[in-house]
Amino acid sequence: MGKQYETVIGLEVHIELATKTKIFCGCSTAFGGAPNTHTCPVCTGMPGSLPVLNKQVVEYAVGVGLATNCSITQYCKFDRKNYFYPDNPQNYQISQLYLPVCHDGYVEIETEGGVRKVGIHEIHMEEDAGKLIHDDWEDCSLVDYNRSGVPLIEIVSEPDMRSAEEVIAYLEKLRMIVQYLGASDCKLQEGSMRADVNLSVREAGSEKLGTRTEMKNLNSFRAIARAIEGERERQIELLEAGKDVLQETRRWDDAKECSYPMRSKEDAQDYRYFPDPDLVPVYISEEWLEQIKASQPEFRTEKMKRYKEEYDIPDYDIEIITGSKRMADLFEETTALCGQPKKVSNWLMVETLRLLKENGLEPQDIGFSAQHLAALITLVDRKVINSSVAKEVFEVMSREDVDPVKYVEEKGLKTVNDEGALKKTIEEILAANPQSVEDYRNGKEKAIGFLVGQTMKAMKGKADPAGVNALLREALSK
Amino acid sequence: MSILDDTAVELSEKIKKGEIKVREAVEAVFAVIDQKEALLNCYVTLEKEKALKRAEEVQAGIDAGELTGPLAGVPFAIKDNLCTEGTLTTCSSKILENFVPTYSAEAVINLEKAGAVIIGKTNMDEFAMGSTTETSYYGVTRNPRNTDHVPGGSSGGSAAAVAAGECFAALGSDTGGSIRQPASYCGVVGMKPTYGTVSRYGLIAYGSSLDQIGPLTKDVRDLATVLETIASYDAKDSTSMKRDTDFTSALVEDVAGMRIGIPRDYFGEGLDPEVKQAVLSAAEVLKAKGAVVEEFDLSLVEYAIPTYYTIAAAEASSNLERFDGVKYGYRTKGVEDLHAMYKKTRSEGFGPEVKRRIMLGSFVLSSGYYDAYYLKALRVKALIKKAFDDAFSKYDMILGPVAPTTAPKLGESLSDPLKMYLGDIYTISVNLAGLPALSVPCGVDQKGLPIGVQLIGDCFQEKKLIRAAYTYECAVKGD
Repeated sequence: MGKQYETVIGLEVHIELATKTKIFCGCSTAFGGAPNTHTCPVCTGMPGSLPVLNKQVVEYAVGVGLATNCSITQYCKFDRKNYFYPDNPQNYQISQLYLPVCHDGYVEIETEGGVRKVGIHEIHMEEDAGKLIHDDWEDCSLVDYNRSGVPLIEIVSEPDMRSAEEVIAYLEKLRMIVQYLGASDCKLQEGSMRADVNLSVREAGSEKLGTRTEMKNLNSFRAIARAIEGERERQIELLEAGKDVLQETRRWDDAKECSYPMRSKEDAQDYRYFPDPDLVPVYISEEWLEQIKASQPEFRTEKMKRYKEEYDIPDYDIEIITGSKRMADLFEETTALCGQPKKVSNWLMVETLRLLKENGLEPQDIGFSAQHLAALITLVDRKVINSSVAKEVFEVMSREDVDPVKYVEEKGLKTVNDEGALKKTIEEILAANPQSVEDYRNGKEKAIGFLVGQTMKAMKGKADPAGVNALLREALSK
Repeated sequence: MSILDDTAVELSEKIKKGEIKVREAVEAVFAVIDQKEALLNCYVTLEKEKALKRAEEVQAGIDAGELTGPLAGVPFAIKDNLCTEGTLTTCSSKILENFVPTYSAEAVINLEKAGAVIIGKTNMDEFAMGSTTETSYYGVTRNPRNTDHVPGGSSGGSAAAVAAGECFAALGSDTGGSIRQPASYCGVVGMKPTYGTVSRYGLIAYGSSLDQIGPLTKDVRDLATVLETIASYDAKDSTSMKRDTDFTSALVEDVAGMRIGIPRDYFGEGLDPEVKQAVLSAAEVLKAKGAVVEEFDLSLVEYAIPTYYTIAAAEASSNLERFDGVKYGYRTKGVEDLHAMYKKTRSEGFGPEVKRRIMLGSFVLSSGYYDAYYLKALRVKALIKKAFDDAFSKYDMILGPVAPTTAPKLGESLSDPLKMYLGDIYTISVNLAGLPALSVPCGVDQKGLPIGVQLIGDCFQEKKLIRAAYTYECAVKGD
């Protein structure tokens, strides 16, 4: 019988903050943009340039800290982390080592075994680096400093997680908090949320931590889960073979489903951290802290409670809708416009989620506005269009955010209320389908469905199917 | 009498009265440069054409009544660690041999707004590291008062240019005495203002927490006028201060009742007797004008040098990391691998004194030594500040020498860097405490080399220093 092992996992999560300008200069943080167009002497490390702190970064960091039950360091400082690399124009990164802005917090995650606390060791503010692009054609490397100086927070957890499921639950929780705060869109694929996994294994029951490795380059929850499984197995195999786990940083290759060592402890760099003399210490006064507290948004738990009281929708719907800030915002806005919470919820729960899933998108990628969804719901309510036309319009709306009222008008999608025209079409359909007519009259109820379908098709979908059904029955009973 | 004998303020007055054109002032300065520069080497870069073109613009501004300030039309020299848009800015280093900034330092912009005409960039110790201007990659600068001697440093080019008449006034920077000591050696006036008074934006950093830009001028009136012009609150510099800047209001001949402390610790072993005599005579002059002068013990003086060289070198080791051959400046050739490129570029691009300080700074910040050296130095810095606070609870200012000796001969200092470091003993504690201090000429030694007396004030008390220096200057002139 083999030994039982326990996996011990801690996470370092980097989140790009959604400020309009960079952390130490006035350049735009917008994603994309031609290389080196969102730059200035400060974020390209030109001689004589000086950093000036963007206060919004402190407010977002403190907001996240408060939402994760952290203590706030009211007198905090920035430190320089010195290392040479061309994506880092000053060859030091401005970060926080000695006095990080938030420390000693926790979040609660739901696991199979019930609610668990994951400790937050600290949250610190820092600047992002630029991007290196290797040009194989010219055989040279180019650097784009658009991302240099984009603000980041790094959330360092305690080694409190024991499985990939817990890690994913923790990340989803963090993402939800940060999205609710509006502090970041937290997109793993685009790199606005990045997680490094510190993992070690130990024999079940042991108190002593094993040697850990750090895994980088994890671009999706799936990659994270697979990397954790892979690394757990790799470490156990080493231990079973009587070998040691080396303390090192490894890079996960998700395509090959394995990891490679990047650097070991032996060549670990000495970052020579020291307080940045170009920046003054940040003093977060009681007054400022109160302001930040007062502007904290309604988080999920409170929202769920309120939805239950305010809107008559099922718990399951509430659970799904509040699962994303974007969905919740859209739900509230649309409901305020059309006054039909259950219908709004249905559109979000069914059609919206289906389209997102089909296109591999996240709720924050939802393309239509609350105004347009409300208008669509009203069109159906007033029987201007039927529900299958509404679904068609919705698909277009999701792609292009068209105004449904205009779209229905332009494409001539309104339900035809001209009974004479409909009756004429029904006569034609009955004449063209004698077999079905006979089947129906012989008691085959199913045949009516076929005839409704044929009639709708002939009407190009612009009829009310219930009305068609009634008229057909009437005609067949003659 | 030549216009070259005028001070900056006098020259500007004549220009505004129409007695002389800006162009003539610039040409007069370039005539001196043509005559002396080959020997003195005050400048790394001269911009004669730009200066003449700028002279016409400034003249037009004066004629139109738009430029009315006290420095309008005055030819200025700028230390080569201050960025100047479109003009080479080298820090006297090979590693920036081709660096032309796209922006100007805030202090330079303030001067230009006031109608100053910048004629060139002055030589300095490489990256302001040195006390003689001999560590420059672009050759030594000679002291105009005796060309066998150094002008001091690191703002040696600026001090020598003012002393030689190769400009009317200059900007320097002072991290450990780099304005006051060359001012003293060259017989001009120089001041390091309170930390935060002049924006550091565009000053290529050596020791960020100690660096301040300041004026080097012919007399105290020019000093107050230039300081008033360059001082400004600047949102681009987080360490910039909102404060009073009406320095010329202190040009008053009155020191009655002013309490002046003379630290015994500054007059002990190592101080040249001639320097000591000249400095104490200056104190006597102020006493005769009504100041209350007494001796006291400042304490901690012997800790200033190790503290300074720990902090300044630590900051420098990080500040100079950006000079790596990747983005601008010198890059070595024939290297394939990135780290080899870094190493070779920096080995070839930096001189020995800069390398020495980068190594020292990297060492004191390295893991395992940070607490023992860097952190301890920060604690001593706080104690030094406290010793000054105690002194300023009793005195309006402290009076003492600027340097232990007059300007050494060329080549004497480089062979013994430790001795050179010890020469900073009276100036560096001022930077550690963030205080204002100025140097004003108070005589010459037997060889005819100038001696300066240093006045040190409490934070934001520049005006007291200016008043005392002005009173002294008037008294001595009257003699």
